[in-house]
Amino acid sequence: MSAVDFWLGRHRDLAANLPGAELPWLARLRETAIDRFADEGWPTMRRENWRHTSLAFMAQQALAVREAAATEAIVADLRARYRTVQGPENEVACAADGHWLVFVDGRLAPALSSIGSLPSGVRVGSLADALAQTPEAVEAAFGRAEEGEAPEALNAALAADGAWIRLARGSLVDEPIHLVFIAARTADQHLRNLVVAEAGAQATIVEHYPAGAAGSTLTTAVTRIHAAQDSHLGHLKLQQEAPEAIHLAALSAEQARGAVFASHSLSFGARLARNDIRTRLAGEGAEALLNGLYHADGRRHVDHHTRIDHARPQGTSREFYRGLLDGSARGVFTGRILVAQDAQRTDAMQRCDNLLLSRLAEADARPELEIYADDVKCAHGATVGQLDEDALFYLRSRGIDSAHARQLLTYAFAAEVLERIAHAPLRALGRAALLERLPGGARLEELS
Amino acid sequence: MLKINNLHAAIDGKEILKGLDLEVADGEVHAIMGPNGSGKSTLAQVLAGRDTFTVTDGGVDWDGADLLALPAEERARAGLFLAFQYPVEIPGVSNAYFLKAAVNAVRRHRGLSEYDAMDFLAKVKAEMKAVGMKEEFLYRSVNEGFSGGEKKRNEVLQMALLEPRLAVLDETDSGLDIDALKIVAEGVNRLRSPERSMIVITHYQRLLDYIVPDKVHVLSQGRIVRSGGRELALELEEHGYGWIGAAQADDTGKGMSGGAGRVAQTGGAGASAGARS
Repeated sequence: MSAVDFWLGRHRDLAANLPGAELPWLARLRETAIDRFADEGWPTMRRENWRHTSLAFMAQQALAVREAAATEAIVADLRARYRTVQGPENEVACAADGHWLVFVDGRLAPALSSIGSLPSGVRVGSLADALAQTPEAVEAAFGRAEEGEAPEALNAALAADGAWIRLARGSLVDEPIHLVFIAARTADQHLRNLVVAEAGAQATIVEHYPAGAAGSTLTTAVTRIHAAQDSHLGHLKLQQEAPEAIHLAALSAEQARGAVFASHSLSFGARLARNDIRTRLAGEGAEALLNGLYHADGRRHVDHHTRIDHARPQGTSREFYRGLLDGSARGVFTGRILVAQDAQRTDAMQRCDNLLLSRLAEADARPELEIYADDVKCAHGATVGQLDEDALFYLRSRGIDSAHARQLLTYAFAAEVLERIAHAPLRALGRAALLERLPGGARLEELS
Repeated sequence: MLKINNLHAAIDGKEILKGLDLEVADGEVHAIMGPNGSGKSTLAQVLAGRDTFTVTDGGVDWDGADLLALPAEERARAGLFLAFQYPVEIPGVSNAYFLKAAVNAVRRHRGLSEYDAMDFLAKVKAEMKAVGMKEEFLYRSVNEGFSGGEKKRNEVLQMALLEPRLAVLDETDSGLDIDALKIVAEGVNRLRSPERSMIVITHYQRLLDYIVPDKVHVLSQGRIVRSGGRELALELEEHGYGWIGAAQADDTGKGMSGGAGRVAQTGGAGASAGARS
């Protein structure tokens, strides 16, 4: 049903009507991309980058919506929640609660979107509009059919829309730019988000994937970020898709000299979630933070496949991932760090720690360091463990029951990742999403 | 009243407590002294309910109830408190949240109303002042990055907030300089009352200059081998644990030549430890 042939047919039917279909470069790119996907098919464990995650089941997977999502309610709830975490004491912030672009079933929903006032030269809109208005600028940022993994090729072939964000030189967007993607009625959605930050620009971008339609749904999402010299970009992704959803995403950044980029990936939903996160420190002295937290229970599967390319000297990268795995869930982390011969004085550090909350849960954490420069500082570490028995006993010896003690320690383990989210309301939003996932979360609400 | 009767406890198949007897009446403060490896901390952990230890024989009666039948949290709610020798660091959990969760769990059990945030803050701040802790420690993660003295003060603070009927202090003096020791001891003394018993476990008699016990017991090889008044601690101070080893060998002489040999060996180490204090 979701076999390769199905997607070839989908491309044949849609291609002529996709936004930008009249642009020869884009038509060619989509053609090349679907050919590549047809050629490679859904990845299986035989592929090096998919050793612990197979999408072979997709060939037989029927995608169908059982119950449509109440889109307006989801958006209202999300925005209300964001206002609440900002705190009632901060009325000014409440009045300007950021910029919201809402996409429903893969297309911009203008009625649900609202963009506040932006500095001049800053453009926040839909990819479809940008293809009509500034196709050359989009072409430069769109990416190639050959990039990344097979699902990215499928995305390139089918994506009809996504966010188009252009930040003029030196511009500063104070409030976060929220992008909300809801699978409401259709069983698949394909988003392509392009961010072009000129020199010195600063912004924070949030990708929300709230639980949408019930049923087997597929989301493919590709976000590409061009971070020019000395730009500062923050990216938070909050993946809370419905329990049967398949979520396949890629985030790739290219950082010029002195560019600072922080990615926070919070992956709490979907039956299978795969996040490919790559950044290339293409200019001297660039800084990258890849920070992430995943939680899975039941039979769910979550995979983060990260890659940091240190291409030029004096780059700094910090990578911190933590996983909470319950039931018979499986968590996978791969952390590839490449230090090119030219990337002297690179300072790279990577950690991945997993907490197994049940006997059947599994975690794989794989650091992969390839270092060709000789003057570098690289450290890495990975752990898979259980809750600290000493700490559990300490809490119990104070009258705190065993279940509460476990919740408390589980939350504390995860919260360290959240502490790295600099923007306080976004940190609180992440925290609320985490507490929602944890049993007994309500009891931990007042935990600071 | 706490009655420990012929208590045997083992860890990983190795027996540490080998028939320990002890009675502590309400309001009494008992000191338990002994060399390293004699089973002092094991006794504390077994009383508090650490399940890595297996009780293989004997029992503990606490006011007519079988203490060992209760899980750790229920012992705490019923009024048992262990001040840890090595308080555990818990990154990510604020001291304030931890203390409030603990106090309210205990209060719920005792049929008292739970503190709300304001009442609790007022209460905890007053107690912190009494043990000389700065308010900032409320907002830091439990014991994380605390100095040895700060951790012990945090233990005494918890003891004050939880108002136990029986407090077991496991080497609360270890790692403290004399000033910190005095502050901790003052905190403990403030909590002495006719309803509250205490078991003070220590290697050195120094602590007993500040927390004056009603009775002193010497633990050796998993059993109480000597009991007496405060003067027993002073004798130990003077002669070291080797003296107890020798005395025990004299007392029990028959059929224990192997055991006596081991005691004599540990006696040497005990003596030098005694001299250090």
